[in-house]
Amino acid sequence: MPTFVRTEKCDGCKGQDRTACMYICPHDLMKLDKDGSDTGHAMKSYNQEPEQCWECYSCVKICPQNAIECRHYADVVPLGGSVQPLRGTDSIMWTIKFRNGNMKRFKFPIRTTAEGSIDPYAGKPEADMAKIEENGFFNHMEQNGYRAGDPSELICK
Amino acid sequence: MAEFGNPDVVEEEVDILLIGGGMACCGTAFELPRWIEASGKDISVKLVDKAAMDRSGAVAQGLSAINTYIGPEQDPADYARMVSNDLMGITRDDLAYDLGRHVDESVHLFEEWGLPIWKTDENGERFDGSKGMTSLKDGGKPVRSGKWQIMINGESYKWIVAEAAKKALGIDNIQERIFIVKLINDKNDPSRIAGAVGFSTREDKIVIYKAKAILLAAGGCVNIFRPRSVGEGTGRAWYPVWNAGSTYSMAAEAGAELTLMENRFVPTRFKDGYGPVGAWFLLFKAQATNAYGEAYMQKNKEMLDDYPPYGQAAVPASCLRNHLMLKEMKDGHGPIWMDTVTALGNLRETLSPREVKHLEAEAWEDFLDMCVGQCGIWVGENIEPEKKNSELMPTEPYLLGSHSGCCGIWTSGPTDVGAPTTETEEGVPEHLPQGWNWGYRGMTTVNGLFTAGDGVGASGHKFSSGSHAEGRMCAKSMLKYVLDNEDYKPELDTSVEDLVAAIYQPVRTYLEFKDYTTAIDVNPNYITPKMLQFRLQKIMDEYVAGVATYYNTNAEMMKVAGEKLDELKIDAKKMRAKDLHELLRAWENYHRILTAEAHLKHIEFRQESRYPGFYYRTDKNFVDEENWHCFVNSIYDKETGKWTCFKRAHVDLVDKSKLFK
Repeated sequence: MPTFVRTEKCDGCKGQDRTACMYICPHDLMKLDKDGSDTGHAMKSYNQEPEQCWECYSCVKICPQNAIECRHYADVVPLGGSVQPLRGTDSIMWTIKFRNGNMKRFKFPIRTTAEGSIDPYAGKPEADMAKIEENGFFNHMEQNGYRAGDPSELICK
Repeated sequence: MAEFGNPDVVEEEVDILLIGGGMACCGTAFELPRWIEASGKDISVKLVDKAAMDRSGAVAQGLSAINTYIGPEQDPADYARMVSNDLMGITRDDLAYDLGRHVDESVHLFEEWGLPIWKTDENGERFDGSKGMTSLKDGGKPVRSGKWQIMINGESYKWIVAEAAKKALGIDNIQERIFIVKLINDKNDPSRIAGAVGFSTREDKIVIYKAKAILLAAGGCVNIFRPRSVGEGTGRAWYPVWNAGSTYSMAAEAGAELTLMENRFVPTRFKDGYGPVGAWFLLFKAQATNAYGEAYMQKNKEMLDDYPPYGQAAVPASCLRNHLMLKEMKDGHGPIWMDTVTALGNLRETLSPREVKHLEAEAWEDFLDMCVGQCGIWVGENIEPEKKNSELMPTEPYLLGSHSGCCGIWTSGPTDVGAPTTETEEGVPEHLPQGWNWGYRGMTTVNGLFTAGDGVGASGHKFSSGSHAEGRMCAKSMLKYVLDNEDYKPELDTSVEDLVAAIYQPVRTYLEFKDYTTAIDVNPNYITPKMLQFRLQKIMDEYVAGVATYYNTNAEMMKVAGEKLDELKIDAKKMRAKDLHELLRAWENYHRILTAEAHLKHIEFRQESRYPGFYYRTDKNFVDEENWHCFVNSIYDKETGKWTCFKRAHVDLVDKSKLFK
């Protein structure tokens, strides 16, 4: 299901040098056609290598104009269905349309904290250099997650 | 002024270089600054990622489960046993055990940072992770979709983990869209790493880093075999299509010892979309059947007895489950079905309408969180799982070390679990370490070169959480290494001019010859990266046990493959790059070729079929516990282009007989 960009919706991220979809695509597929020489649509982005698209939807989810959708792999899937998300700050809404017209909608949480709010070391202990060669991390057991294990299980020790 | 074909060259010196931006490097990026701070030293760190950390690596799309969570009730030894049996007995217990005792520390952090983790209440009812129930850290009960897996609302899993990593390391110490393509050894000491070189995929720029310590964690390897879908569907690989074997090939060229490169993973997944099956089997209790409704795991159960003891554990090794399924396919009893209709029907009988609605959402979320493409198949084919069953299919082979595979780099393990300190097999090259630990946890056999995640061989089933934890372990040991080598001054064994010429060769080839023909893709002076990839995939598929031969190969077929790969390696020097995007593809495919060659050489060397269901050597179609219950390791000579394979002895550090009681 390679992604495609809707001509009338894409604004090329308002003339910036890089579009949001270019920024995010893990496989370097999205490209801004600055002068229209690739696509005939100047200052709009497009998927330059659709057969390498993993359908990860990173570009679909990040596009500020909701200009990006997916058309299912033409060599595999019958036409007519669509799976389209709307990713918010704490949840994602999915609209699912089957080829036969049936629809489903789902909403799932995506995070329980505000985006950008992580303070990685807040409330965490400092590292103790005396313990750098010991097991465990700098915040050893602050998260109650170290599983010491039953020593008798180690049969060569 | 830089232009295409004439890049700027930027040289930078750091103490620690992190290559990759996936779960492993995010773990390092979180753990390392705290230790540097405690050391009181001025230690510089740089992380380079070929993509954007928010959505890079194998977790880019999200995940619907964390596949490694030990929990307070299980022992790291249980985990090491499971890893071992699933990978046919040959794994490093020291690495798996160490991972098992550390991994939950990372999972609990993910929840603190905002990752929603499903919970069960005291009545056993399931709730999604947004309901504010007791955290895992404080004793909350996760929803198990298997002995080791827990369910999450993981659409933003990577986004969350990357946020913590970026904040911890500092955005100034991170460079995205830089693709590192070669490691550089030290001029005065070839057994030591001194730097790395790569290029920007956004501007005409080559970057050359000198570093005392390097973490190489750039994922596994996808697309070396011809995929089942070869049109637009090529991209719908099961593992991320951008994992190009960079970890294995760069390590090999730097002289690092690889291990178990014969191992591969051939997941059985929903056909064409490659959506996950774990929750369907384990959470929704669905059965897989042949065309006639027969459950092949029961029908062909006695075939498991051909492979003692690995077939006889409560959960037989993954490859053997494929083996039983392939029997049905080869006998002409396909298609293979996941019986979702019966499973959901059974569940509905005991559930309230509210719970049924929740169940349906859970089933869809399983795909939407991590494999939207599978939903694409379902909507196009009008599949609603409560009304229509879905086909299953074993995929094309993948090489990886963090999921249900164990190829990778031979790395130094923990010292406190009874791992061997000597080597009993003959034939290990003298310059390589003897036992399973040599000073710094996570270090490869090249001094200063560390790895984590998909890079670490012989210890699969780490998955996302384990890769993060492994990256954190490397943070400590890399800092220790740098402090112990404070006076070391890296000197590159290759000149800047030579590095630049090598990296930009595909661009120069293109510029030199592009006007020789009227059609830029057909030119006798160069090969496009795409066609080179097709050639590689054709060789691997037809001769090295791809889907074309039902995963069969033999010594004669591999001999032909070896000859063809030799020619391909020569032609790889003639790849063209018409733009920076194609230069990225050119180097990815260069990495793929070396990884594929390692895979071939290892399967050739191992005189048995260790992973039935993943590959068969029809000339050695058995598991030979007496002679081949050992690691197959290798080193590569980048000057001659030759591999040297050898055995290393396997030792159990935990009692495996407990699996069979």
